Amino acid sequence: MLEAADLTCERGARTLFRGLSFRVETGTLLRIAGANGSGKTSLLRILCGLALPARGEVRWKGEPIRRLGEEYSRSLVHIGHAPGLKDELTAAENLAITSTLAGVSASGQAVRDALGRFTIPPEKQIKSLSQGQRRRAALARLALSAEVPLWLLDEPFAALDASASSLVEELIRGHAGRGGAVVYTTHQAAGLRDTRVLEL
Amino acid sequence: MLAAARAIIYRDLLVAVRRRSDVAVALLFFVFVVSLFPLGVGPEPEQLRSIGPGVIWVAALLSSMLCLGRLFEADHADGTLEQLALGAAPLGVVVCAKALAHWLVAGLPLVLIAPLLALQYGLPAPLYGVLALSLLLGTPVLSMIGAIGAALTLGLRGGGVLLALLVLPLFVPVLVLGAGAVEMAAAGIGGQGQLLLLAAMLVAAAALAPWAIAAALRISLE
Repeated sequence: MLEAADLTCERGARTLFRGLSFRVETGTLLRIAGANGSGKTSLLRILCGLALPARGEVRWKGEPIRRLGEEYSRSLVHIGHAPGLKDELTAAENLAITSTLAGVSASGQAVRDALGRFTIPPEKQIKSLSQGQRRRAALARLALSAEVPLWLLDEPFAALDASASSLVEELIRGHAGRGGAVVYTTHQAAGLRDTRVLEL
Repeated sequence: MLAAARAIIYRDLLVAVRRRSDVAVALLFFVFVVSLFPLGVGPEPEQLRSIGPGVIWVAALLSSMLCLGRLFEADHADGTLEQLALGAAPLGVVVCAKALAHWLVAGLPLVLIAPLLALQYGLPAPLYGVLALSLLLGTPVLSMIGAIGAALTLGLRGGGVLLALLVLPLFVPVLVLGAGAVEMAAAGIGGQGQLLLLAAMLVAAAALAPWAIAAALRISLE
């Protein structure tokens, strides 16, 4: 499904990783682990096509992602370090617009339900939320992305309390159970069983 | 694709409405610059009539520059730019929608208020329409060219100065044609030639700039 072939990543004069190859099949989870600065975020950015590797390529269903362009983008959800939310908009407005941009159709009720699962008031502006609540508002996107086959999540459990962490774990497990694939980074030893670990 | 473009325009307009200070600063800057010149050069009607079109166009150009820095910067800082780059619509369409939203917020108000401000320069009545039309054709070109510069300088230290150095020379033809159209009309020899050239520049910018902006953004995001 997702295949990384001989990836090398360089930042300035430093090589973060070299000759990295792996596959992520449907219904599987891959955790990318490693110390700070080892290249976890860079690897996720390469996997989603935001950054280019110095060598090697990423393939989706056998095709290089560069060739697939937006077709590949429609097949993935990427949630990075930054929440990707506009401070001036409400949580519901943010989620509805993000879903439209990602090509996911979601009704107003579905948006409110997704935010409700993460206990985020839909009509509250993002600027009035705490860091943890912002993170939860960003992750609410996952509740609307069941049909998107590939999830690439950078530190999805950061800044979350125990209940929100459990909910994210449940969503990730559910996605894998439906035949989706999830690649995520985390420092924490997540409670997700059957996860392959890639140490950088 | 159209749904994505509509969503971006709606989002950017909503953000502009809820953060009015950015829009107000650019508009007030335009009003003040245009209004200061008659106070500085004196009340000589002939002199005011001759400098009016140029002053209004230079003020419009500098005013549109004020908002350019934030065109992609805020999206870059909060992570929404990555979402746009990974969206279902081609990045060229996305940036086209963003440039249009930027023009609606930063360019269109100038077009609407310019004839009113031109009263201070005592321009003959038929010239107000030419002035508004030249700005209507020229300011979207400024937004498109400016967006290329904003994308290229995204995330750079001192990007604001670099942006000005990059785009101001590219603004010159628009300025010359825009102010020239009004001056030609004032001289009674018509400004149709300049207006048609501005329209041609607008078509060329609308066709080519989005792809240049998208390529520049991809480089900046890497």
